[in-house]
Amino acid sequence: MKARERVAGNVAGYIDDRTGAAKWAKKNLTKVFPDHWSFMLGEIALYSFIILLLSGTFLTFWYNPSQNEVVYNGSYVPLQNLAMSESYASTLRISFDIRGGLLMRQIHHWAALIFMAAIVVHLLRVFFTGAFRKPREANWLIGIGLLTLGIVEGFLGYSLPDDLLSGTGIRIAEAIIQAIPVVGSYLAFFAFGGAFPGHSFIPRIYTVHVLLIPGIFLALITVHLMLVWYQKHTQYPGPGRTEKNVVGYPLMPVYMAKAGGFFFIVFGITAFLGATASINPIWLYGPYTPGQISAGSQPDWYMGWLDGLVRMFPPLETHAFGHTISWNILTPGVIIPGILFTGMALYPFIESWIMNDKAEHHLLDRPRNAPNRTALGAMSLSFMLVALLNGGNDIIATHFHLTINGIMWFTRIGLIVVPPIVFIITKRLCLSLQRADRDVVLHGVETGRLVMMPSGEFVEVHAPISEAKKFVLTQHAQPAALTVPASDLNGTDAPGGIKAKLRARLSKAHAEQVPAPTATEAKALDHH
Amino acid sequence: MTNSVERFVDPGLPEHVHRKADFDERAAKRAERQVAILFLLSAASTVLTIYSYVGISPKKEVFLPLLGTQQVNNLGIGVGLALSLFFIGLGAIHWAKTLMDDTEVIAERHEFRSSDEDRKEFVETIKERAGTAQLGRRSLIKRSLGAALGLIGLSPLVLLRDLGPLPKKELETTNWAKDTYLVSDPQGRRIKASDLEVGAVAQVLPELPEGTERSLENIGKDAVLLIRIRPEEFNLDAERLSWTHEGIIAFSKICSHMGCAVALYEQQTKHLLCPCHQSTFDVTRAAKVIFGPAARPLPQLAIGVDAEGYLIAKQGFTEPVGPSFWERNSA
Repeated sequence: MKARERVAGNVAGYIDDRTGAAKWAKKNLTKVFPDHWSFMLGEIALYSFIILLLSGTFLTFWYNPSQNEVVYNGSYVPLQNLAMSESYASTLRISFDIRGGLLMRQIHHWAALIFMAAIVVHLLRVFFTGAFRKPREANWLIGIGLLTLGIVEGFLGYSLPDDLLSGTGIRIAEAIIQAIPVVGSYLAFFAFGGAFPGHSFIPRIYTVHVLLIPGIFLALITVHLMLVWYQKHTQYPGPGRTEKNVVGYPLMPVYMAKAGGFFFIVFGITAFLGATASINPIWLYGPYTPGQISAGSQPDWYMGWLDGLVRMFPPLETHAFGHTISWNILTPGVIIPGILFTGMALYPFIESWIMNDKAEHHLLDRPRNAPNRTALGAMSLSFMLVALLNGGNDIIATHFHLTINGIMWFTRIGLIVVPPIVFIITKRLCLSLQRADRDVVLHGVETGRLVMMPSGEFVEVHAPISEAKKFVLTQHAQPAALTVPASDLNGTDAPGGIKAKLRARLSKAHAEQVPAPTATEAKALDHH
Repeated sequence: MTNSVERFVDPGLPEHVHRKADFDERAAKRAERQVAILFLLSAASTVLTIYSYVGISPKKEVFLPLLGTQQVNNLGIGVGLALSLFFIGLGAIHWAKTLMDDTEVIAERHEFRSSDEDRKEFVETIKERAGTAQLGRRSLIKRSLGAALGLIGLSPLVLLRDLGPLPKKELETTNWAKDTYLVSDPQGRRIKASDLEVGAVAQVLPELPEGTERSLENIGKDAVLLIRIRPEEFNLDAERLSWTHEGIIAFSKICSHMGCAVALYEQQTKHLLCPCHQSTFDVTRAAKVIFGPAARPLPQLAIGVDAEGYLIAKQGFTEPVGPSFWERNSA
């Protein structure tokens, strides 16, 4: 036995003596993970989170979360001798007087943007492929929780430097808190330790940003991954892939090397962005003061949709009985996001109810094979994009020489008109793609080769597709719609009433599909 | 669907195709060298990082096309770090793709649902165990525990009470009052009407008593925008017109929507625009909202002059400034 093997054996023995882990480890080191590019999206989010922890820790060594006033005397000349908060001054110090400090700040900010982008794209992948279905509803909910926390965490981090831009963001957050009926002004005074801006907010959100939320993140991510591990990953349909198996590469060494290597690649790209692409140059904005502002105030992209909704909402306020309710703040800032996120969280349960689907699903859907779901997803996405567009209305106006008023009206109307249109188009598109699949399976693919028949007629030769491809295009289940229970002899509605009718109606919409071709049909065609 | 319909059958996993490095030792050696080169490139990049940190002055700047002016030190550390990370990743993945066994493996999946028997026993165990606690029978315990747990939630709420003071009248009051001088920001000089040309705009603050320090909280409520236009351009009722002085009109600078500074003044149209959410106010009509989400005009401050011609407030604001809140008692 070689020395190396002996050492490995001893280490394994040492651990097993104390934990009995040998059996578990033996099994799990060869655990199978299916391979697909879209499964890397969640990985990017995970790796960005690790990058955020590392770069964030570096920043805490010099950042000073204090709103006490100091006079700046660091090496950035244009701001010298200016009064500012210690948090802004220490952020300037990190940017100009700590070697690698600017790099880490920019890596941290880029990683945050990539983190949120990866979460959103990962969520879209999970939604459009139906990966949220039983038994993975819990992981869907955890994911929604992570997305929500990510938005909050990103906003808090963006606020910490206490520059003119981020201070304006805090001012807006304060106005949202203040607008909450009955308790708003109390909550605002509690959050800020008195009148805005006060001296308490930055130190408080610092604790939340570096301790509380990252802690919750860590816990949720752990459960998220343990569930993926325990329930085994979903897989795309393909030859040899069934609801009863997982086909892929074993954890050790292929998956370890690929996933581990991918971490370094994500980190490398983020570091490259941090090194070369300037982001949030806070020294250009100056220290925060409530009386000033810079034109083109923009939040980070994941807040843009919210800002866009706030910008487009009509000026509605209720004044009654000596009280004020600001619908122009509450509706876009609280009510609409609340409805969107609640709807998103409940979607797996709604779909399972609509189709009375209680089965386990481990094979993913091709989006076209769930036309209604895909259309719903595209519709929601278009809503967010229209809102996001308006979030950048001032930038768009100056870049493309349009009027802000024009963009605002376009998005106000578009927010209502575009999503239903997108729904209809997407659903039709899915059904058309199903029809195209059907054609290819039954008639083969066009070869571009023309043959002249003895009669003088030209026909294009079609080549049949492989058995594997035929299987992939036809394997999906096509559940039938639920029906309304028949009314009884007296003509009164069956139990369930309106609820059952609604369910049947939704079910009908959801089950709309082009029938998948069968081998029987193919044989019948061959005989002709 | 009837039984006679056959679906297309699953042909099963396709046969594994071997890579060249699996059977050709020379190809394998080549792959090994490639992986090693990638790892060595990473090592070289780390040297670049360390050299940049130690050897390049943070003061040194360079202009690069597309990237603009960059700190050379920062750029060197960053690019070195990026490449050292990136090449490790590339090396590991190249290794996995060329040399590690790439045979796809099938693992069986088992339905999570336990047998009916197990599920039944599970429920019975719960019932039986819960029974031994006698929770169902001892209603006194159940209710008192419920009360205790319900109340304990109040403690953290109460403990957070000292996070801040009560708002009292703070959201409704400012430092503006009758005869308060308007002073420039940040110099703090009193202003005469002649300091402001027609078309000009300036931020002013209330003069504070000698020895009082101006806080950001003050500015957040007190900031006022002075704008001078030709008096005949006003379109105001008699009262509001009397609040102006020789074409100078004063508004709270804190947006009535969400509190941003309404800082963009368009001289031609005499519109004030809030850069946050683009609420637009017409200066000639007492800051009436003409576009955007703000529901109320900016509060107007009544101004006049003292005996020496310095601008003063004739009274404080007649309504709260800034964004709405529940207790706000005016339209």
